[in-house]
Order: sequence, then C-alpha cells, then structure tokens
Amino acid sequence: MAGLKAATAPRDELQNDDIGLDRRLELFRVQVEIRDCEKRAYDLFLQNMIKGTSHLSIGQEAVAAGFGVAMRKGDKSFCTYRGHAHTLARGASMEGMLGELMLRDIGLMRGKGGSMHLTSVEHDVFGSYAIVGAHLPIACGAAWRAQYLGEKDVSVCFFGDGTTNIGAFHEALNFAAIWRLPVVFVCENNLYMEYTPIGEVTAVKHPAADRAAAYGLERILIDGNDADVVYRTALAALEKARDGGGPSLIECLTYRHSGHSRADPAKYRPPGELEEWLKRDPIVVYRGRLRDFGVAPETIDAIEAQSKRKVEVATEACKASPPAPVELLTKDVYADGGWAWRN
Amino acid sequence: MAELTYRDAVARGIAQEMERDERVVFLGEDVAKAGGVFKTTVGLYERFGPLRVRDTPISEQAILGAAIGAAMTGLRPIAELMFADFLAVCFDYVANEMSKLRYMSNGQLSCPLVIRTGNGGGVRFGAQHSQSVENWTMMIPGVKVVAPSSPVDVIGLMAAAVRDPDPVILHEHKALYAIKGEVPDGEIVDTLGTAKILRAGRDCTIVALALMVPRALEAAEILQRDHGVDAEVIDVRSLVPLDTQTILGSVAKTGHLFTVEENPRLCGWGAEIASIVADEAFWDLDGPIVRITTPHIPLPAADHLEDLALPSSARIVDKVRRVMGG
Repeated sequence: MAGLKAATAPRDELQNDDIGLDRRLELFRVQVEIRDCEKRAYDLFLQNMIKGTSHLSIGQEAVAAGFGVAMRKGDKSFCTYRGHAHTLARGASMEGMLGELMLRDIGLMRGKGGSMHLTSVEHDVFGSYAIVGAHLPIACGAAWRAQYLGEKDVSVCFFGDGTTNIGAFHEALNFAAIWRLPVVFVCENNLYMEYTPIGEVTAVKHPAADRAAAYGLERILIDGNDADVVYRTALAALEKARDGGGPSLIECLTYRHSGHSRADPAKYRPPGELEEWLKRDPIVVYRGRLRDFGVAPETIDAIEAQSKRKVEVATEACKASPPAPVELLTKDVYADGGWAWRN
Repeated sequence: MAELTYRDAVARGIAQEMERDERVVFLGEDVAKAGGVFKTTVGLYERFGPLRVRDTPISEQAILGAAIGAAMTGLRPIAELMFADFLAVCFDYVANEMSKLRYMSNGQLSCPLVIRTGNGGGVRFGAQHSQSVENWTMMIPGVKVVAPSSPVDVIGLMAAAVRDPDPVILHEHKALYAIKGEVPDGEIVDTLGTAKILRAGRDCTIVALALMVPRALEAAEILQRDHGVDAEVIDVRSLVPLDTQTILGSVAKTGHLFTVEENPRLCGWGAEIASIVADEAFWDLDGPIVRITTPHIPLPAADHLEDLALPSSARIVDKVRRVMGG
C-alpha cells in the first residue's frame, strides 16, 4: 500500500478539517446503510426471498459513499451489476433497492429489471449495466449531451478491475479524452475479476491507473477503503470535469469481503488475505476517524441504530409488497407503452 | 419537385431534421470534414458546425454507446455505422443496451436515436462489407427497423426515425446510392410501419425491400409483358413495425405470395411474413408461398459470382412463372 494516503487522520487535518463534521457524518451514514442493506440482502438470499443472482459490495462501501456524497443533484451515475451501493448512495430508498432484488412491485423497476439493472432516474442513477464495460461509452454520451447543451452536470461511471481488459473501456477512454468530456471513470479494483486475480490477466500492475497515460490522463491511484480520500478525489475530479477540464480515471483500491456473486464462496483467495483486508474495513476505518475528530460514541451509535431500523422497516415493506403485476410483462417495450411490432 | 440521388437524399434528410430540432446531433467515422465515405453527408459539417456534426475514431462501441447516453439524457442523435457488417462489432449496444433500457427500467429510460448504416451487396466488396443484415436487426424486441428503396423514402423515413421516441435502425442500401428519383420541395415526413404498393396487380403479390424493390418492379414488367402475369409489388419499407395489413390485403386479392430478400435464406425477414400469411390468410392462398433469397452463403467478391448470389429480376421472373404458369 506504499504511496497511498494513510488511513488514519494526520494531526494537521484534525485542526484544519476540509471536510467538516456534517459531511463526515453523512459519509459514515451512507457507508453504514449500504453495509446493513447488503447484509440484509445476503440474509434474504439464504431465506430464498431473493432469487436469481446478486453481487454485493460489502467491503467496498467507501467508494460509493465518497462519490455519492461528493456528487451534486443532476450529476449522473452509471453503475455495474454490482450497483446496489451506488444506487443507495445517490439517495434511492432501501425499499426500492431491496424490493427490486426481491422482484416485488415496490422495487425501483417493479421487478422488471432485477438486481443487476438498478435504475432510478429520479435520483440520477441512469442504469446499472450487466455487460462488462458497456456503460463507459454510454456515460460518455451523457457527458457529451451536457457539453453540447452547456449543462453543468458530470457523468460518473463506476466499474470493476475486470472491465479494464475489455475493448469498450479503451474506446471510451480515448473518446472521452479527445472530446474532453465531463465524465469521471471510477475503477473499483477489488483485486479479482470475478474469480481470477486481476494481476494474472493484466499486463500492468494497476489495471486502470497504469493505463491512464495511454489516454493522456493523470495517474490516480487511491485508497478506496477510506471514504475521506475517495470524497476528496471525487470532488477534485468532478470540479475539473465541470470546469471543462475533461475526464478523469480514478483507480480505487478496495476489497470485497464476500465472493463475486451469491454462487461464489471465494475459495480462491489465499489464506489470510481476507483477514488483512478486514483490518482495513472501510466502516471500521471511518468509525475510528470519527472518534479521532471527537465525535461522541452516542452519535455514532445513533447512526448505526437508525440504519438498522431503516433496514427492518424496508424489509417489512418489501415482504408486504405484492410480486410484479402480470400486466408489466408486455409493457414498455416501445415508447407507446406496449410491445406491438405489427399492425 | 426536383430529381435527387439516394445519396444526396441522405444529407437532405439529416439536414431537414437538424434544421428543425437543435437536439439532433450527428456522429460517425469520416462523416464531418470528409462528408462520409459514400459522400452521403457532404455539406452537413459546413452547415451545422463542429458541435453538431462530429467525426469519431474507429470505435463503433463508443459511437453507439455515446449515441445511447446522449439519447437517454435528452438529445436526438443520429449515428452512422459505415458498413452494416460493422454492427457485429458493436452488437451489444443494439441487442443488449438500446433495445432493453426502457423495458428493464420499467419505462424510466428512453432511447430516441437513429443508427444509419450502409447495408447490402452488389458493389463487389466481399463477404465483410456486402451483407444484408436487416434480419439481424429485426429480431430484437425494442428496436425499429426501416430500409428505404428510393430518395423520397430516404428523406421521409429518416425524418420519421429521428422523430420517433424509440431506437431506429435505418438501412441504406449501398447499391442504391447512385439512383435518382423525384423528390417534392419542402419538408418530407413519412410514417414508420407503412408498406407501399408500388405496382398494383391482380395475379400475385411480390413483397420486396431496398435493392430488391427495383428488381421486383422490373420482374413484374417482364412477367406482364412475356407471361401475362399481373403482379402486385409491395415495398415493405419498414420491417419493425411491420405493415402486415397491406400484405394480407394484397394476398386476399391475388392468392399468391412471393418474397424477394437479399438477406441469406435462414431466418430472413420473408420467413416471418410467410409465417403470418400462412397463419392468417391460409384460405386466401391458391399456391405455395415462395421465398426468393440470397442462398445461405457468405457473399463472394467476384462480380459474376455475387450477381449469381443476389436475387435478380430474371430469377424472380423464373420463380414466379413456375408457380403461376405462363
């Protein structure tokens, strides 16, 4: 981890806090709520209340929280199938997220999309994409619209380390650079492309950061388990994009505590690796950070208790919600609301 | 009224829509400063400027992805794919993204864009630059597909496609770029999902698309002159939505159906029409439905071989005559 920012707050920062208490509490709340929601999603699987597949972000909450808190209303999120965290971080409700995983009417897309396609335009989440790399060019297009119309929003595209080896990644990076688009590419390097260590299948050590130079971009490699570091990096990249400075590519080093998907027990991990990363669990790190800044333990406890209550309420609401109604089957294939392809 | 080439009709159709709506933007490889490799977009860059008419790198995924992202956030992009064969390198955006966003998001997202692409053979480009791939595109729920056969239809269907709230693939035919046709002055706007009866006839119905339309018309004249068969010729124009009523109405009158398809035989668009007619107009039929198609082969470059592969007016005449007698 040489070269990365320290996970504990340096002394001068304690005296000159650039983030501020309100934002810090917000960063903590978002991380805790994501963690609790993801753990609930895991439990609901075991109870067979969630079908299909699901890709949890437990251990990676700091990236979603850092960006979610730094982004403004109107800034657009483009997520992957591992997108629960990013959707919640933009303000979508727990009912909407968990309800979609449970394929109930209360879900964000009323059960039509499922866990891999979470979308909430109301919260500027312009889709979660399950074809690796597909959404990088799409985020470029949203950024192109902002540039063309003179609108000030930024498109932020989240993806995993595995994405850096697919063609669309390289097409999008070049495209964004030559058109100087207001887009921020965020690589969550959790060390594994699905089941295979990313290092075994990539020509460079840092799959995103080491490729930035090929597109004339700055090399940015950060500690993705420290929400403060992510937040500061996000603010800088968002501001640069908003001011016409073009795209950024940010590699966040992080780790998923569970397997790739519900089917994966993650037995391929070397002994001790998970334990090492658990010491740097973003929520443990941030709880310590809040204590460093003198936040009272009762305040921290209250945020955690509130999150657990919200998850309980959301779970009950989802369980009470009916399944996706049958009339949705043929709805919204075309813009007239239906599916007619002939007269 | 003026005579215009199919090629110039492309630029006129795009210009008409860009003039009308600031949200219409246009991107593709060599489309701006160079005016397009087929010279279909000459003058647009000069007229609408570098912000609205943009050259891209050779990055078909980026082209379609950018068009989708722009469309879902409020623009009305037109994206050019130089050759329809290149759909294969960015098919994810066609098959998985633009076609499914509205459905998967329960109507939250919408993708009003147009992909224009040079489709079809007859120009000796060989197997990777000559295919008729309209059948690849029509099989995906959520996409609309049109293929004009005349300059006036290029403009009218382009306008309809740009104004449509769904993603539309507009197949231009490379072998038609040089043909000329009468085009009225002023704004031209057509309707997706409408076939056109180009030649009325009593004895049989010939349904064709794009380059096959002039060949079917020529065949109909020969059938009339040499064999006394009065064929009705329908230009399908729009595969999705499909105007089945015009086709079913014609078959009810003639009792015979022939499709003329440039796509290779398996799962060609005519198979769907044959299936619909067999289901819904079986008792109107006085003979077998016959599909006249390119055989199930890649296209050769050699001119005499390519000519043998694509349905010709002579082959249409022969196939129709065998069923109809005369």
